[in-house]
Amino acid sequence: MIEARNLTKKFGDFIAVDNIYIKVNKGEVFAFLGPNGAGKSTTIKMLTTLLTPTSGDIFLNNHNVIENPHETRRSFGIVFQDPSLDNELTAEENMQFHAVLYGLKKDVYQKRIVELLNLVELYDRKDSYVKNFSGGMKRRLEIARGLLHHPKVLFLDEPTIGLDPQTRNHIWTYINNLNKKENVTIFFTTHHMEEVERIAQRVAIIDHGKILITGTIGEIIQKADTKNLEDAFISLTGSKIREETGNVGLNQMRISNKLMR
Amino acid sequence: MNAIYILWLRQLKRFVRKKASIVGALGQPIIFLLAIGFGFSPIYAKAGGGNYIQFLAPGIIVMTVLFTSIFTGLEIIWDKQFGFLKETFVAPISRLEILLGKTLGGATVAMIQGTFVFLITLIAGFRPDLASLPLALLFLFLVAVLSSALGAAIAARLDDMQGFPLIFNFMVQPLFFLSGAIFPIKDLPPALSFITKINPFSYGVDGLRYAFNGANVFNPVLSISVLCGFTAVILAAGVYQFSKVQL
Repeated sequence: MIEARNLTKKFGDFIAVDNIYIKVNKGEVFAFLGPNGAGKSTTIKMLTTLLTPTSGDIFLNNHNVIENPHETRRSFGIVFQDPSLDNELTAEENMQFHAVLYGLKKDVYQKRIVELLNLVELYDRKDSYVKNFSGGMKRRLEIARGLLHHPKVLFLDEPTIGLDPQTRNHIWTYINNLNKKENVTIFFTTHHMEEVERIAQRVAIIDHGKILITGTIGEIIQKADTKNLEDAFISLTGSKIREETGNVGLNQMRISNKLMR
Repeated sequence: MNAIYILWLRQLKRFVRKKASIVGALGQPIIFLLAIGFGFSPIYAKAGGGNYIQFLAPGIIVMTVLFTSIFTGLEIIWDKQFGFLKETFVAPISRLEILLGKTLGGATVAMIQGTFVFLITLIAGFRPDLASLPLALLFLFLVAVLSSALGAAIAARLDDMQGFPLIFNFMVQPLFFLSGAIFPIKDLPPALSFITKINPFSYGVDGLRYAFNGANVFNPVLSISVLCGFTAVILAAGVYQFSKVQL
């Protein structure tokens, strides 16, 4: 379903992703793990046409992602690490916006929106502005939105970041059902190893832009010779804490956005 | 086509929902009408120029449209920061469609705001020739599309609002003040005369004045051509900038 060969991304002298190989089979739940700044988000951005790789090839649902970004875009849905909803629109309007962008017919998407909003238990809030939603509600809405156009692959970049255990539990239950019932291929990143152990069929661990290991959870624990996945992760990537470059302007922007309303 | 429509609709919904900023944006044109309009009226009349409000009103309307459009275009920076642009960029639509949807949305919003200001100028004593209102709307629309596209093209290059004062003071303000909106562009010193002639918004102001009063400097056909030409160039530049955007 997804295959990336010799994938490399350089920003100036810095090599964010270094000659990696990824293969994800159809209907698989694939966890892409790594410490902060390891190259996870950069890789997802390349797989989803947002970044052009420095070199390498990517195929997604038999489309060449680099040469044919347009065709590729219909094949996947994505939940980004940071929220990407329009706060000034209602939940339903955000869904409609997405449906029209993806060229869905009105009678099709109207039914589908009701279905999906019910699935993520937001139907009774469909007319509320997204700015009044909690973090968990926004995530659920984004997942519903990502599924609107029947994608073959769903990318989830740290979908449970900052959520309480109840909401996390909910979200993984949806995703698991989705994979089982609709056979959607799932490609996700997370820092919670118990989430990986619960749902992932195969795992890749990336650090400093290089893939350290790929395999089932059992294989990885065995190779690392540890008791569980968390220990395996730490023994493979080291226990040093990573710095990630922050977005300095963002807080300032959030404040001025509030002021200018 | 549908994608352009939904992007346009989004822009309009956001505009209608920010009632405070609609009212707020009327403040500046009102101050210009009061302070500059009524302030310079006696001198302008003494110098033999006639009714200054009659002269100034089209300039103030263009100012409103220019400012509103550019700011709406610049909202793309917000979309970038708040992640919404990613949602549009992973969708199966071309960058040109995104730019056009955004530009037309911004232009429509600016036209609405411009209409409010037009009504205010009527209260202030502006007496236009309403027979050529369609022509006036055409000129306003061209100004709106040009400035909205300009805002969007600039926003494609910026990652945050830090460069905002730079754009406002070194581009938006000069484009307005050096467009003949508040003074006649005839018999200016050579340098100033040259600047006003290469400023596309001079042609917008002049065209609008032609439609409303019949008092113009440039041939209206030339004005329309200049506005269309600039818009085409800016849109082309904008699409190029958009294709370079990496999120």
